[in-house]
Amino acid sequence: MLRRTFLHSAAGLTGLAATVSPAMALVEININKGNVEPLPIAVTDFVAGGDLGQRITDVIAADLKRSGLFAPVNKQAFIEKISNPDQPPRFEDWKVINAQALVTGRVSQEGDGRLRAEFRLWDTFAGQQMTGQQFYTQPENWRRVAHIIADAIYERITGEKGYFDTRVVYVAESGPKNARKRQLAIMDQDGANARALTNSNEIVLTPRFSPSRQEITYMSFEGQQPRVYLLQLETGQREVVGNFPGMTFAPRFSPDGQRVIMSLQQDGNANIYTMDLRSRTTTRLTSTAAIDTGPSYSPDGARIVFESDRGGRQQLYVMGADGSGQNRISFGDGSYSTPVWSPRGDLIAFTKQSGGKFSIGVMKPDGSGERILTTGFHNEGPTWAPNGRVLMFFRQPAGAGGPQLFSIDLTGYNEQQIQTAGYASDPAWSPLLE
Amino acid sequence: MSRTEVPAAGRMQTLARNPAIIALFMGLALAGCANKKNMPNSAGELGLNNATPGSTQDFTVNVGDRIFFDTDSTSIRADAAATLDKQAQWLQKYPNYAITIEGHADERGTREYNLALGARRAASTKQYLSSRGIPASRMKTISYGKEKPVAVCDDISCWSQNRRAVTVLGGAGM
Repeated sequence: MLRRTFLHSAAGLTGLAATVSPAMALVEININKGNVEPLPIAVTDFVAGGDLGQRITDVIAADLKRSGLFAPVNKQAFIEKISNPDQPPRFEDWKVINAQALVTGRVSQEGDGRLRAEFRLWDTFAGQQMTGQQFYTQPENWRRVAHIIADAIYERITGEKGYFDTRVVYVAESGPKNARKRQLAIMDQDGANARALTNSNEIVLTPRFSPSRQEITYMSFEGQQPRVYLLQLETGQREVVGNFPGMTFAPRFSPDGQRVIMSLQQDGNANIYTMDLRSRTTTRLTSTAAIDTGPSYSPDGARIVFESDRGGRQQLYVMGADGSGQNRISFGDGSYSTPVWSPRGDLIAFTKQSGGKFSIGVMKPDGSGERILTTGFHNEGPTWAPNGRVLMFFRQPAGAGGPQLFSIDLTGYNEQQIQTAGYASDPAWSPLLE
Repeated sequence: MSRTEVPAAGRMQTLARNPAIIALFMGLALAGCANKKNMPNSAGELGLNNATPGSTQDFTVNVGDRIFFDTDSTSIRADAAATLDKQAQWLQKYPNYAITIEGHADERGTREYNLALGARRAASTKQYLSSRGIPASRMKTISYGKEKPVAVCDDISCWSQNRRAVTVLGGAGM
């Protein structure tokens, strides 16, 4: 159980009016600008009995730094030592080291063993508390508390939802390229708490989260029969999705979690089908002598983007959720694949192959406004952070090495490698946890 | 999570959160099913003269178990057709073998598309063998996309070896 409580202002400087219409003059980041100058923020060690306070603040600072929007100030520069986070800090001490925002907090153990963590976010130049919250949870959830606090700071200052309290499922790869072992794995978005979800010698590919965060759909070659499966994360229970007369692949959930959409291969052609998970009925959505695959729903569930080589090379197409009105949207030089609709609905991310390079890019759902975010020997398979501001993908080097995961901002800036124990591919970002 | 600013009066707002602790589990270990090994492709590796007629080795060495494709293509090339003609003759001579045709793609494509491309290559190979008199009931197909390369390097010569369809013998004595 994780409980959240909002803390009222400790400063005594803000009255009711100031909190009801928040922060006209308070520090903020315009996330829509391309290369944002990171905001200097001081994240002080939470007051605590042990080292947990420092561990929590290290996770918060690392989240904020990796976002590219914040520059945590070196702790060596701090003048004031926060000993009582209920008292307003000495703002002058933080202004003089140019910390425009300040995070203070406390962590303690309750009598029943639960962890209590609280934080306050301060605007040092305005001399005001911007937000404050406290949490009760089990001690083993301490990293989640840190991510939730980082999300609260990110949201308060940027006006956008955060994405730190999330997980990523992916394919963990090991061994030489011509005898690669692949397992499904899950980790926190920062690479912590990684663990395997499968342990077999069968190939497993393309895990995707359900909107409920409780299950994933993926493809497995179990029994030499490549098919789409469901996996319940809490119980480990698995089941085949549907009883199709051929290879099923490229699965994703519908936004309401009630359907899985995927491709069915029959002879030389792949077409797109859905299966309703309650009624078990299947519906065929495309019917071409071509490879139609990579389907991804719009967040309102009304439309589907997919890739097809019906016109020769792979291109992106959009259709209604019933398969109606299939229209090509990509017309650039090269071929396009692995489309993924943004959780905000405004963009579609894709892999583009052109001139011997593999790029990650985005375009509007009508195909306009194409932008390439990163390009190189082989970048593939974008997935969106739940706030639609950051993408993760995998990058395969030339030669005998293996793929690694990277994230990049929608602006094309702030590319970062996600540290994994071995090779990793096919990342899929969860919604915010609950 | 809805976010409400705190009234200064200090009314606490509590929101429940699910700890969402996902149980660790491992051990989806499956019934062991020995993978078919890709057979060496060169006669020298095996000793050309040692292959027993009608054996898997005979098929691999003296007939050739694989054909290759052009980039992003599923057409049966002339050299591939010659190999498949020999495969068909051999399979008619030894009718107890069922076969699985494995379709593969090189690494220069995206994962999902390459699964379909490998399936197409396997399908066109099956279709060719069928046209040479091998009954469809003896043939199965499977695609491994780009997931099982045989050659590892970063140039065109390497990729061309991975764009392949491999005829794997099974069911001897059936």
